[in-house]
Amino acid sequence: MMITRRRAILGAALSITLLAAGCSSSSDDTGEETAAATTVSDADVQAALEAGGNITVWAWEPTLTQVVADFQKKYPKVKVNLQNTGTGNDAYTALQNAIQAGSGVPDVAQIEFYALPQFSLSKAVADLNAFGAKSLDGTFTPGTWGAVHSGEAIYGLPMDSGPMALFYNAEVFEKHQLGVPATWEEYAAAAEKLHKADPKAYITSDSGDAGFTTSLIWQAGGKPYTVDGTNVGVNFTDPGTQKFTTQWQKLIDGKLLNPVPGWSDGWYQGLADGTIASLVIGAWMPANLESGVKAGNGKWKVAPMPQWESGGKATAENGGSSIAIPEKATNKTLAYAFLKYATVDEGAQSRVDNGAFPATTKQLNAPEFLNKEFPYFGGQKVNEVLAASAGQVVPGWSYLPFQVYANNVFNDTVGKAYLGQGTLQDGLKSWQDASVKYGQEQGFTVK
Amino acid sequence: MLTRRTWIGWQFTGPFLAVFALVFLAPIGYSAYLSLFRNRLVGGTVFVGLENYTKAFTDPQFWEAVTRVGIFLVVQVPVMLFLALLFALAIDSGRLYGVAFFRISIFLPYAVPAVVAALMWGFMYGTRIGLVGNINDAFGITLPDPLAPDLILTSIGNIVTWEFVGYNMIILYSGLKVIDTALYEAAAIDGAGQFRIVRAIKLPALRGPLVVATIFSIIGSFQLFNEPQILDTLAPNSITTYFTPNVYAYQLSFGGQQVNYSATIALLMGVVTMVVAYLFQHRSTKGML
Repeated sequence: MMITRRRAILGAALSITLLAAGCSSSSDDTGEETAAATTVSDADVQAALEAGGNITVWAWEPTLTQVVADFQKKYPKVKVNLQNTGTGNDAYTALQNAIQAGSGVPDVAQIEFYALPQFSLSKAVADLNAFGAKSLDGTFTPGTWGAVHSGEAIYGLPMDSGPMALFYNAEVFEKHQLGVPATWEEYAAAAEKLHKADPKAYITSDSGDAGFTTSLIWQAGGKPYTVDGTNVGVNFTDPGTQKFTTQWQKLIDGKLLNPVPGWSDGWYQGLADGTIASLVIGAWMPANLESGVKAGNGKWKVAPMPQWESGGKATAENGGSSIAIPEKATNKTLAYAFLKYATVDEGAQSRVDNGAFPATTKQLNAPEFLNKEFPYFGGQKVNEVLAASAGQVVPGWSYLPFQVYANNVFNDTVGKAYLGQGTLQDGLKSWQDASVKYGQEQGFTVK
Repeated sequence: MLTRRTWIGWQFTGPFLAVFALVFLAPIGYSAYLSLFRNRLVGGTVFVGLENYTKAFTDPQFWEAVTRVGIFLVVQVPVMLFLALLFALAIDSGRLYGVAFFRISIFLPYAVPAVVAALMWGFMYGTRIGLVGNINDAFGITLPDPLAPDLILTSIGNIVTWEFVGYNMIILYSGLKVIDTALYEAAAIDGAGQFRIVRAIKLPALRGPLVVATIFSIIGSFQLFNEPQILDTLAPNSITTYFTPNVYAYQLSFGGQQVNYSATIALLMGVVTMVVAYLFQHRSTKGML
């Protein structure tokens, strides 16, 4: 995922707004998602490709440009109109407006994993079981394949993913003789040692980030969200969550976190000058470091995500997106052909070659992918670490069907803990209350 | 004959009325219509009558936002108008060298788009890579963080004052320019000094322009949006999603898809603004007569 996580969060912010109108037709939604029967066979898809036609694709992922060119070369009768309608936020607004208006709806749209439930809930995107998407079982990493599912229904094909890893500035670590932390316990100890040695330096930055917090709870085995159709549970008192809050509260109390907000100019500067010594973040980060933190060239390294238990092998996803077919698309069969080409076949390989982090197990395990040396990371085979992380994502996590709203009010509630007003656990309780209240107002059955 | 004359009148006002109805009345009407419904993710749209309004009256977040802009209005507007008055009188006094330069440089911030101004000030306020941070580093001191929750409103007030003091100065200055210079001559013959002239001639003449400037400022305060919205990226924990009524309406609509409730909030704020502005105008014009 090339886009930043902050943008990703803001990204889908608009989507729910517009969803409202689209979902009025789904008032009979009982919540149980059952798969649609296959009605379009592979032969039909192949026939559509040979017959040709026009499809419109709305996406911002840069490596798709090459995919579209190759696709049109392979199927000369198909004309793909690739449009960048903005990143995240803007794209969802445009998409939802089109869906609402019922005209100008694209045939394919890029939707991030955590925003997908909001589109699928209102049946604004098509269930791909109709095209036999179930046969792709095992093609994608379990984390991303789960993310496009709602019950049996499949609402998109995973395009990229963000299994987490520890990115650290090896120069700073060496200067202060910090070992690479294997556990969060060691991470906290390193944080203290570093800040003591250099009061301007911090182990990492965090001023309250919903995506990061939920990812760490995910890794710790917490399952604060339970979603079964329109029955939703929110509970931040489970042991996994408490593992996270206990550990992270220490870092907050010790003022060991650089309070600069992520993706701000100060943040990039901190990453460049060593005052932010590490980041635990998604596998899409290398491209961002290379383009945004040029001064870090040769200094940064990647290590496995710190663990909650010594010797553990658990990770979580942080970001990532899918491509889906809007229910009101005019040329769904051709759209599905493109979806498959871009995410599974030649397209997946082409995107990896151009720097995307794949969601497909085949590309993830390919030797040329794993052995690629990154000059920015001092020649380290970064993908080995990231691919290992992709296989260790803790299963069973789900986001709320209104996660965009919840993330939006994260800093109203949990943010207070970062200002020293109350604890992280208190903040999460307020966040829970806000989510429950919103869920009830929106007609969900909230436990 | 009469019908013909009526027709001509419509021809003149028609274009204006059409645009007025399209861009002013229609959106308000549509908002009012929207505010009577409730749209949910599960269950769709239902007519709820005035339920959104009763909800707004007991919504602590809404009233916190209203109170915040109320405080802003009471503190920031007098400071800004006092400064504007001072500058206008200074420029009008005729004792300043480079009047044109002062006038244009004080007015210039108004020409800077509000978004750019907020971004610029955001950089200056930064304790890490901003001006505040540089001062701290250079002198080895720790200034209070202008983006901390207890100072953020003051910091926004500072930006708004910087942006609009020049605009208000121009309103007041043009008020001073229309004073008949014969009055000054007469005052000089009577032996009045500059301060006496200010008190007896200039200030009374500025009453009208001051009322206008105040009403604009009341409206501006209640509509506070750009500055908190921009600074939110730098200080996410200081600026809530219900920091001002406009920020709240925006977040309800674009962050929480509660378009109907958002329309209700927007309409209520419109009414509150109108009432406050009207009360002020009513009181000040009554005093004038």
